[in-house]
Formats: sequence, structure tokens, C-alpha cells
Amino acid sequence: MMRLPEFRYCAARSIEEAAAVLAESPADTMLLAGGTDVLPNMKRRQQVPRTVVGLRGIPALGAQHNGNGLVLGAGVTLTHIVRDPNIRAHYPGLWQAAAQIATPHLRNMGTIGGNLCLDTRCTYYDQNYEWRKAIDFCLKKDGAVCWVATSSPRCLAVSSTDTAPALIALRARVRLVSANSVREVDVTDLYQNDGIQYSVRRADEILTEIALPPSDGWRSTYWKLRRRGSFDFPVLSVAGAVRLDPSGGVTDARIVLGAVASRPMEAREAASTLVGRPLSDEAIAEAAEQAFAVAKPMDNTDFTLHWRKRVSRAFVTYALRELRGDDMRDERVKTARQAMG
Amino acid sequence: MPEGRVIGIPRRRVDGRAKVTGQTRFADDLAFPRMAYCRLLRSPHPHARIVRIDTTRAAEHPGVLLVLTGDDFPIPYGILPVSQDEHALCRDKVRFVGDPVAAVVARDELAAIEAVDLIEVEYERLRTIADPIESLEHPEPRIHEYGDEGNIHKKVSLAFGDVEQALGEADQVFEDTFFYQGNTHLPIEQHAAVGLKDPDGKLVLYSSTQTPHYVHRALAKALEMPAAHIRVVATPNGGGFGGKSDPFNHEVVVAKAALLLDRPVKISLTREEVFYCHRGRHPVLMKFRTGVKKDGTITGVHLQTLLDGGAYGSYGVASTFYTGALQTVTYHIPAYHFQGCRAFTNKPPCGPKRGHGTPQSRFGQEVQLDKIADALSLDPADLRLRIVEHPDTLTANYLRVGTIGLAECINRVTVAANWKARFRKLPRGRGLGLACSSYLSGAGLPIYWNDMPHSGVQLKLDRSGGVTAFCGATEIGQGSDDVLVGCIAEILGIDPFDIRAVTGDTDLTPVDLGSYSSRVTLMMGNAAIQAAERARDILAQAVSRKLDVPAARLVFADRRVFDAEDPARGVSFQDAVCLAETAFGTLGTTGSYTPPKSAAKFKGGGVGPSPTYSYTAAIVEVDVDETTGWVTVPRVWIAHDIGRALNPTLVRGQVEGSVYMGLGEALMEEQAFRRLPARLSSALVHKFPSLLEYKSPTSLDMPEVFTELVENPDPAGPFGAKEVGQGPLLPIMPALANAVYDAVGVRIDEVPITPDKIVKALDAAREGKPARYGPASFPTVPWPEPLQVPPPWAGGDGHATNEPPRKSRRAARTADQPETVVRT
Repeated sequence: MMRLPEFRYCAARSIEEAAAVLAESPADTMLLAGGTDVLPNMKRRQQVPRTVVGLRGIPALGAQHNGNGLVLGAGVTLTHIVRDPNIRAHYPGLWQAAAQIATPHLRNMGTIGGNLCLDTRCTYYDQNYEWRKAIDFCLKKDGAVCWVATSSPRCLAVSSTDTAPALIALRARVRLVSANSVREVDVTDLYQNDGIQYSVRRADEILTEIALPPSDGWRSTYWKLRRRGSFDFPVLSVAGAVRLDPSGGVTDARIVLGAVASRPMEAREAASTLVGRPLSDEAIAEAAEQAFAVAKPMDNTDFTLHWRKRVSRAFVTYALRELRGDDMRDERVKTARQAMG
Repeated sequence: MPEGRVIGIPRRRVDGRAKVTGQTRFADDLAFPRMAYCRLLRSPHPHARIVRIDTTRAAEHPGVLLVLTGDDFPIPYGILPVSQDEHALCRDKVRFVGDPVAAVVARDELAAIEAVDLIEVEYERLRTIADPIESLEHPEPRIHEYGDEGNIHKKVSLAFGDVEQALGEADQVFEDTFFYQGNTHLPIEQHAAVGLKDPDGKLVLYSSTQTPHYVHRALAKALEMPAAHIRVVATPNGGGFGGKSDPFNHEVVVAKAALLLDRPVKISLTREEVFYCHRGRHPVLMKFRTGVKKDGTITGVHLQTLLDGGAYGSYGVASTFYTGALQTVTYHIPAYHFQGCRAFTNKPPCGPKRGHGTPQSRFGQEVQLDKIADALSLDPADLRLRIVEHPDTLTANYLRVGTIGLAECINRVTVAANWKARFRKLPRGRGLGLACSSYLSGAGLPIYWNDMPHSGVQLKLDRSGGVTAFCGATEIGQGSDDVLVGCIAEILGIDPFDIRAVTGDTDLTPVDLGSYSSRVTLMMGNAAIQAAERARDILAQAVSRKLDVPAARLVFADRRVFDAEDPARGVSFQDAVCLAETAFGTLGTTGSYTPPKSAAKFKGGGVGPSPTYSYTAAIVEVDVDETTGWVTVPRVWIAHDIGRALNPTLVRGQVEGSVYMGLGEALMEEQAFRRLPARLSSALVHKFPSLLEYKSPTSLDMPEVFTELVENPDPAGPFGAKEVGQGPLLPIMPALANAVYDAVGVRIDEVPITPDKIVKALDAAREGKPARYGPASFPTVPWPEPLQVPPPWAGGDGHATNEPPRKSRRAARTADQPETVVRT
């Protein structure tokens, strides 16, 4: 059986209390919301914090407010998001992303904030201590070499969060709170393309809430490539959002690729290609080609990297066709094993 | 077929309630007072000499009770008498990443985990052999000091008739090379074991094992104890599929530790460690040369297989023979030449997984038949119907086939799938594929040579009216306890829930060889019938005296024993037992089963014989996206020749479970390894030893499955039953490959069939290259002179004509080295 290492557990009752504990020794303290990422990582000794601050007992983190848009506490579970008819109706991209995360059991535990803070993943890193010892460890943890590309100066672990691309496409912002500061950043600015320093969140900060702007005519979608209809992290994902004028012309568009780098990648050129024209097959094909250039998967997830890159065209096409209004349920059932509609 | 009151009726299995309510006690659920916990230190190197082990710091770690190393385990063991190549902890060298080197026993598991990391081992690295091609190219350094030569573990060559002449007489000869990737069993229960010392000093081992009898023998040997002082209890297995059929190092370690410490010692393997236990599907490269006439009839087959054995022998010699054993059982093959070679490599050992050695070559044979049908413009179903082997036949390789329901299976699935109207007629991107198979209903010979029964059943009946059935068979989720009591209940006219099953306990139960080779239903079932009939006869005698009715007229049904001519005249079952106990004293009966003698008399002929064979046909429907290569399976139709379904609920469960496992092998499962750049590292590691990243289908990925059971009772089986645990897996992988061809016109001659391979084959087709993805060639193997065994129709008697005279079995047998069934 895999066992957790010993650690001190602090069940915080408020954000302030959690932030205060975190401030004591940020480098060897970790936050625990649903625990679906942190606890397995601790069992594998990828992370061995001396203190774990439990966030589940903080009521504010489970709150949800409507108003000018939607504000979700970071502790809102993924199951809650999947079951919320309002989110499903107004932010389908977020709903589709949440509904395709892991399994029902893991969604019951996992939170939206936890998914945004998800550790980057890599086949050389997400392994037991003994396995990592057999490859003499890797750059991300205890080693000197990135085995994905041995000449790489940086860690190439993959951003594997499903909700981040969806929230970036929706231009959501997050609030980061520490013992002595509060700041808000766009979700897109939360990340950087480094497998180790993948987040700008400081070790003493807590991601407390996610604010979505009003849906305001935005259509959104999320497509995920994974081996099976359940359980798996993305190995490619496409989040898209468009606004159309009454004649069907695109006035605004966003395309974000997930799981092709250490952070979600916006395909800005692909999105701007669409603006000012209807979502015709030609426009979609052009955008797909431009997004294809952005996708730079590495050989550190399931499936071969060449194939993952190749099918990014198809997945961008699926996403844009769904935004156009095509009935994509057949494609959904084939790729996701569920209609997602 | 006579309607049974229990047999043939879909029933809730007797162990079902405990399982669905979480009350079944698996090995990991066991806890005993003063129990300590064991962890193993495993090698981080794929191939290295052990120079020095320093356990000082580990031994001093708080809570540590005992540290063991290879010095504590001088005696080797192994499942086959010819492959006694394992030590519980490595002594001289390590042979794969995960090979156990030392063990720590501590008061709690965390202390053991911490202490394991304090053991210092100095290694001298050796050249690593990563695949069989390297094994052939590099005889040195040898992974083992035994085997046929260099890093070749076993080579075989069996010629049944003159194949070259037969191919010469063919209208066309088809030559195809295939690769079948290795995969693992993935039982949901990780292996666990508890060793303890009985108060009287005897050893007890509880373990999630499919083969308590063989573990019993291995412990007696490895620990140098009389077998009579060892008790092995097989806890219900949370799935086995062949992965719990070997004696394992962790079992030997906790047994030894319990004896030394005189307290219970438990080990619960992690999922990663289960991947290192492995014994799963061998990766097999194979080449088929098949000669056919214009009408599709086969003139001869020449099959070559190259198996990647991993680091130890395990069942590998048998696996090697199995890759060539059953080709002849499905279709009539007048001349057959089989050459097989198993190589040692520095990876976890391969062994028996559901279908043991046969799915790989079944894949090749069934895909090649699809190609043959295509080339000859024949319908693949019609082709197979034309060449199905005849019932009651002795095949070219001397396998005695009884009933064959294969033609009926083919007819059933083709009707159910509307094959004639849909095959080759679906829109591009959608396709149907057909494949067939057969499998043993139990291996005809035991693992170690002996003439004793393969299965024994004892019944205890007493005045309470209670019946207890004792049998060494092991419940691994397949429902063997239910089959045991079902057979007895049918004969004694009581309900299965009236009977208590005590199984898989070497102290309490008579020997059954174990839950492997699809042998339990047939062998235990026949033994149970014999024991139950003997009990019924005793009760009938007593009731006959009491009622003054001839015993032959008595009927056992509805928990009563009564006169067939006057059903009101009778006694309750309990009264019948009391009458018998009064008349004859304490009641008990036994039954046993020994398979019929094999017709094969040549060396190697021990692998393949079975009392009877099951048959299966399956049609898989696929949807293939030509842009991405993505495969979706909406439907599977499968018909299985079960002989007789004892409990149709269990049978359908096995069929559907086989479809599930088969689709996993066909589409995604890979026991794959990663070698790091040689200039930086000598690592050779399992790519993803985890339940998350080793991809196996989820319930969402399952298609609709339409199951047809073909029932034509076989005289060899209990109530006519054949096996169902393994056979239905076999046609799924080739049927899927054939369906992909029907859908998009490309051949994927390799398993798993992944979307990137389909895309590559489609690209090749567009570039005018062969529309195929698969291995290009078969390497040169230094094959031995073939054993020449003339087929029955060529005047053969089952002996090889060029075999050097062998010592008689009994003369060759010694206590330590009993002769193996494969007689190498």
C-alpha cells in the first residue's frame, strides 16, 4: 500500500487563518482542498510538505455569487459546477471542461481552485519515488536532467488542468490572498511556460475565488482529447469562445489550447483569423491550421506526440463547428463517450 | 437437453452477497494481533551484479524488527520444474527494475517504508537486454546461466508432416508477420499475503493466489520444511487472470519472516509492484506462412513465434508451446510446422494471462484468414465454415477434439449482426470484422509430473441436513464456489445456498491444482458430481430401506427424497441424512477427476491436450475517423460454445468480461518500457506502472455486447459444460483488426491498434505504399532440428520419428527435480 509521509495538519476555519499558517513557512507548507492532486503526489513523495493546511472547513471558499457575472469560491467542487444549470446554460465551455475531469468520485472531491492549481504532469515525474530513483530523478524533482528533452534548460511538464483553458477563453480572473496582500489576476496571467514555476501564485498565496464576466452573448466550448471516456487527464484540449453578430459574422474570438505546453496556450492568430467573417468551413480550416502551429506537444503524456500535434487541427475544427451551431453530438460521443450537450 | 433444477438456470451466485456488501475478506483485509508489516527494496537497475548490501542503518531504524536479504533465501523455486530460477530475494544479481533485493519487517508500514530507503546496495551494472532481438544479438552477458543458449531461454521446433511440400501443393501461399504487444492482467486487487506461525509451530500463509497447491510446494522447497507443516490458504482473489498463478517472492518472504519473528507478517503490494510481479502476456513477434487452395482450404501452415520472456522463466516454456498449440483445433490443417523461441530480457517476467500464449498467434491466424478471404474473394464467414475442424478428430499435432460448436457460433453471430447485408457494404469509415477461436477446458497435464487426480472434492453431510463441500479450487471472482455447490445441489436436490463451500485451503481441502487453464469447472465439476453421486447413493440406500422403495426409483429434488412413482411418499432431505447417519455412521464422500491420457507422445506434446475445447466466434463493429484514426466500437456480437451453461449468469459475465479485456488489449493496453538515452543513463523502466496511465477501458468505453450461448453438451464436461473463462477473449482482437480493414481499408498487423498507427497506415496507402502498419520482418533464429511427428493420417502414432530415446519418466524423477510436463 502507498502511505503518506508524516506531516502536520492544520484544519483552517477561515482564509485569514489559512493565510497566517501558510505565512509561517510557505516553502514547506501546502494547501489541501479536495486532495485529489496533493495526496497522491505526497504518496509518491513528489511533494513532502511538513505542514498541510486543509481548506475544506472554510465556508467562504464554497460560496457562489451571481451579480455582474459569476463568482465561484475556489472550494466549489467540480460536481457542483457540473450540476449547476446556470453554469451549464451560460458558460458551457466551463461546464464541459468540468464534466470531463477525472471521474465522478474525483469530481465529488476535487475543486475548481484545485484544478487551476493542478501540478504540471509528466510521465517522468508522476511516478513513485522508487521509479524516479531508477531514472536518477528528473529536473522537476530531485534530479538534474529533463528526460523529455535532455538538452532542455527548463522543465517540460505539461499543464493538465481542464478548467484553465476554458476560463481563459471566458476571460475569468482569480483572486490571490496572502497574510498581507490581496491581488487579482487574469487566469491567463496565472500561468507561465515552465513545468516547475508554472504558476505566478506565490507560495504564501491562496487562490480564493474565480470571477467570470457576464456571458454577454459569448458562446463557449471545450473539447478534450484523452484515451478514455473517463479518468484521464487531457493530452490536448481546445477551449473556444466567440461572439457573433446577427448575420453570423464573428465579432470576437478566443482559442486556447491545453496540455500542449507547461501552460495553456492562446492561439491568438487563429482567433483573429475568424474575426469579421462567418464561421465558414474555410475560416475554420484556416484557424485550425494556425492553431496547429501553436501546438507543441512533447513526448511526456499518453499517445505519441506527432499524433497529438496532428489531431490538434481536428479538435480545433470540432470546437469551432460546435460554436457555429453544428450538431456535434456524434463527434462528442466518439471522442468523449458522452454527448456533452 | 434435460432441464436441471439448478444447472442451466440463471442464478445469483452464492458468494455474491458478500462481495456486493463488501464483506468478502480479501488478503489485504486480514489483520491479526501483533501483526508486523513487510516492504521490499527493489532494484533500481535493469541488470546488475550485487556487490555489497549494508542493512545496518535499516536494522537500527525505530520500529524495525527484521531485515532480510538474498543470503536468507539460498534455495531457488519457480512454477515449472524446468525453470527453478527465482530466489525470494536476489542473491548474486538483479535482472529487472523491480527485482526484490531486501525486505524490511517493521511494526508499522511507514517505518518499513522509511527503513527500506536506508538499505545501501552497491551494484555493478551489466549490459541491459531490452528486447528479444537484442537477446539474439547478444548472448553475453547471460541473464541466466541456464536455458538453451546465450539469452535464449527455450527453442522448439515441431514438424507434423512435410509443410514445405504442403505449401508447394497450395494454389497460393500467404506470408504475414505480426506483432502482439505485451500487456498485464490488471486485477483490481493488488497482491497481498500474511504469513504466521501457528501456536503449534506450523507455518500458515494467507495469500491472494490462484494456485495454493503450487505455492504450498514452492514454500516447502524454498523454506526446506515438510509440506505437511505448511498450510496455504487462498483468500478470495479480487481478480487473477493468470497474474496470481506463480509462487511469488513476497509470499516466500513473509512466510520466512513470520517463522523467524514468531508473529504475523503482512505485505500488501502497491500497484507499481503488481506491474513488477507481472507474469502477463508475452510480447510476440510471429510469422505465418499458410498455403491455401482456391476454395480456401488450408494445405499447410508454418508458424514462427518469438517471445519476449522478461527476466525469469515463470510458465514461459509452456507459454512458448502454447503460441503454437491450438492453431489446429479450430481449422483443419493437414501439415503443420511450429517453431517457437523465448528470449530472456531485463524486464518483469512474462507468463500466463487469460488465453495463455494463444491470443497472440490467434490474432495472427485470424487476421491472415481475413486477408486470405479477401484475396480469394470469399466471405470470411464462409471461408471459416468451409475449414472448421471436424468433431471427434485427432489433429495433426495429436490433440483429441470432441464436440465442436464453432460452425453454429459463426452462424449465430453472422445472423445477429446481419453480416451478409452489412459486411463490405457499410459506408467508408464503418466496418465489421469476424474472428474465431478455441480454448482448452483445462490443461491435460499438471505442472509437475504425477498420475494423481487434478481435482478432489470431499463432502460432509450430517444430521443438521447441512452439506459442506471441500475443494482446493480457488475463488478468483470467476464463480468457482458457485459452480461447486451448483453441481452438488443439482444431484442432491437441494438449494445451492444450503451448501457451504470450503475452498482453497491446503489444510482443509483436497488438492485441486488451481484456478488456471480454464480447468476448474470441468475438473472440479466432475469431481463434485462424483462425490455428490456417491452421497446420493448412500442416502438413497437408507431412504430405500425406510420407505421400502427401490433406491433407483428415488428422486432427489426440492429438498426432499421421494418415490418417482408416488411423489407424496418421501422424506425431507434432512431426514434422509439422519437415516443414513443412523444406518452407516458419520457421512462423507469423495470425488476426484483425472483427465484422459494424451495421444501426443512426443517431447512437447504435453502442452495443448485438454478433455475438451470451447469455441467462440465474434463480430466487432467499428467506426474509424479517417482524419484522426480514432476508433469507436459501438457493438460486439459474440457466440460461445459452452457445451452447457451451468449458471448462465456466470457464463455471460465471463463472456462480457472477456470482450472488455479483449477490447483493452486490442485498442490500448501496453506493458511498455522506456530506455533512457544510453550516454546519460542505463535505465530501462516500465513506462507507466500505474492504474491511471496504464490504459485499460472504463465502463464508458464499453460497447453494447450481444452474447449468444451455443449449448451442445460435451460428454467430457460436468453436465456437458466446457470452459468460458478464457476462450471468448481470443477473437476480439483479430475481429477488431479485421473490422478496421473493412472500415478504412488498412491492415494493422499489430496490437494494440492505436489511432496513430491507423493514421500512419492511411498515409502509407495515400503514398502508394502497402496499406498496412506492422512489423517488417522476422529475425533469423538458430532453430533446432525439428522433431518429426507424422500426423495421424500419415501413419503416425503420436511419437516423433527422430527423437532420441528418453529415460522413462519414473526413472528420471527425483524428489527435487520432478520431470515437467513439457519434458524438456
